[in-house]
Amino acid sequence: MSEHILSVHDLDVNEGQIPREDWFESSDTLQHLRKNKRFPTIWCSGCGIGVVMGSLIRAIESLGLENNNVALVAGIGCTARMPVYMDYNTLHTTHGRALAFATGLKIARPDMKIIAIMGDGDAMAIGGNHFIHAARRNIGITALVVNNSIYGMTGGQQSPTTPLDMRATTAPYGNIEPPFPICDLASAAGATYVARSTVYHPLELDKYLAQAISNDGFSLVEAVSYCHTTYGRINKLGSAADMMRVLKENSISKSAYDKLSDEEREFNTKTVRGVLHTKKRPEYTKVYGTLVDRVHEEAIKPRNYGGH
Amino acid sequence: MTIKLMQGNEAIAMGSLAAGCRFYAGYPITPSTEVAEIMSRELPRVGGKFIQMEDEIASMAAIIGGSVGGLKSMTATSGPGFSLMQENIGYAAMAEIPCVVVNVQRLGPSTGQPTAASQGDVMQARWGTHGDHQIIVLSPISVAQSFELAVKAFNFSEKYRTPVILLTDEIIGHMREPIELPDFDTVEKVERVVTDSPADYKAFRNEPGDVPPMASFGLGYRYHITGLFHDEVGFPTQRLDEIDPWLERVNRKIENNTDDILLYQKDYQPGARTAILSYGATARTARHAMKQLRAKGQKVSLFTAQTLWPFPEKAVEELADSVERIIVPEMNMGQLALEVERMAGRKKVVRVNRANGEMVTPDMILEAAEN
Ligand SMILES: Cc1ncc(C[n+]2csc(CCOP(=O)(O)OP(=O)(O)O)c2C)c(N)n1
Ligand code: SF4
Ligand SMILES: [Mg+2]
Repeated sequence: MSEHILSVHDLDVNEGQIPREDWFESSDTLQHLRKNKRFPTIWCSGCGIGVVMGSLIRAIESLGLENNNVALVAGIGCTARMPVYMDYNTLHTTHGRALAFATGLKIARPDMKIIAIMGDGDAMAIGGNHFIHAARRNIGITALVVNNSIYGMTGGQQSPTTPLDMRATTAPYGNIEPPFPICDLASAAGATYVARSTVYHPLELDKYLAQAISNDGFSLVEAVSYCHTTYGRINKLGSAADMMRVLKENSISKSAYDKLSDEEREFNTKTVRGVLHTKKRPEYTKVYGTLVDRVHEEAIKPRNYGGH
Repeated sequence: MTIKLMQGNEAIAMGSLAAGCRFYAGYPITPSTEVAEIMSRELPRVGGKFIQMEDEIASMAAIIGGSVGGLKSMTATSGPGFSLMQENIGYAAMAEIPCVVVNVQRLGPSTGQPTAASQGDVMQARWGTHGDHQIIVLSPISVAQSFELAVKAFNFSEKYRTPVILLTDEIIGHMREPIELPDFDTVEKVERVVTDSPADYKAFRNEPGDVPPMASFGLGYRYHITGLFHDEVGFPTQRLDEIDPWLERVNRKIENNTDDILLYQKDYQPGARTAILSYGATARTARHAMKQLRAKGQKVSLFTAQTLWPFPEKAVEELADSVERIIVPEMNMGQLALEVERMAGRKKVVRVNRANGEMVTPDMILEAAEN
């Protein structure tokens, strides 16, 4: 990454854990963090979630959006702690429900850019129903799912994206359930922009997030990450750096993937990075807007309430 | 003003619109569905929004999101859906987000009897979510009151930054009565006003006053809302010197305003040794029984509660002081009676219960009164 998110050395210990003003001035990205928020973050050092936070800020900034006009809505988990550090309108909700809260907010403020930030458990297990229905409606929300294949916050339990045979604290003999392919699910359910990359490839994440946020309808960006603290330890996958390296070595760009033979594709086990699906479809709040216009045009005179 | 014949559920929809409700998110369930149907029809006509969500958990989440976005928001449901909403009702209490939840009670537990009336959710409305919290619960006894309390529910929710439960039942919800509909423009409405500059704004400040002004998202006040314990600007905290003042404030904001929040009617007879305390559909039976008793020459006092929570403790204590016994008829196995017993001291509380979907009859109350 070109910029660091936070180093403890930047903190002025004399002022508690609130960083000095000039620390925020030291990069464009840092300026979008909250100046009155205590740092460092709650994340384990080396966690990939911070990389995604950097990408999200750069993506929003690259679009020239007003911070006042952006809302970040998160569920519960390590990933969902992201918005609290970020200087936008931020709503930290309940586990799995970020998209349902975001739906209400988007309906109230169709002019705002709404980004729902979720972990894999948040989005695919407890929030799976909201995920498919938000996609079906094509409501103008960007779903950002940080997929670390595990329940990080609660200490490493199996998630709906834990690969087969891998261990978790609640799958001590190996996981016997096939994982959800998040991007395929979003595409099938009706999302109009679907992309994936990894925290080893933050510049790709920057780009895909910017495209997702510019898309009118429901967008999904899957940011493949890792949790060295829980999943890594249980499965003996090494340090954060080791797991980063796997993201590099075990992923393939969509353009390279497309050049593979049919047979090679069938046996591909690498994570495909790229824009995986786009579609043109009217956005939900815009459709509702036309419904309201239609109702107004067809009404001969204002309704007298309670007439029936 | 016009006079209309309508259902309780319709009156709730009308009262909500009159109060300025502009967002409804819900999931259909008998016997509340008429509220959703009417709101889906009327909201677009007044520039409001309606959405049918994928379930009640999502509905409750969506109305909180809508309220954060600046729209007065509501949902309506019945027992099974009310159970599903509980986690996010607690969120609204914790994050101090105004919203209105209508529960048209039906017979439970579980799927129970969808078309039969009940008052079985009185305790759930108070304690259904986890953790200690304050909440306002209002219960109408007529179609006209369904309208009035819907307006009150929205006004209380904005004024005290709290979820408000409008706890009605299948009988009141489906009953038709004539009501005087006021011109909606003349209905008193509480609106959000924030005078602080964004730099000075503290969404959860403890001073001055116990209800900090609510800034909707997108107005330049970029702040954090969370269901975690939080400090005055909304950041999560584990510091007791930040948690304790918050806890005290959110309790005070309801407890210190009971003069405003507690709605009830007293029809007392000097020298009466018996009182009847009731609410909701059962209050109609109670009034009938009272008339019969008085016609027979027995003195009897009547207390009808519209605010169930916070419980009108002082008023009930005074009532208990003035009589020998209080009869509490309810369409459940005795829920509000527990509160009456708590306030009654050594006076007798006589429970008259029916939890099979049928109304408590005047005879059941008469029998209790004549024993
Ligand atoms: C209703 C509910 N159930 C369970 C929990 C406990 N819980 C908190 S976070 C979490 C899982 C988080 O996993 P994920 O969504 O993948 O996020 P990560 O921490 O990995 O970023 C669980 C089960 C909760 N907070 N609420
Ligand atoms: S537990 Fe895992 S996901 Fe959570 S902060 Fe630590 S490394 Fe990241
Ligand atoms: Mg996870």
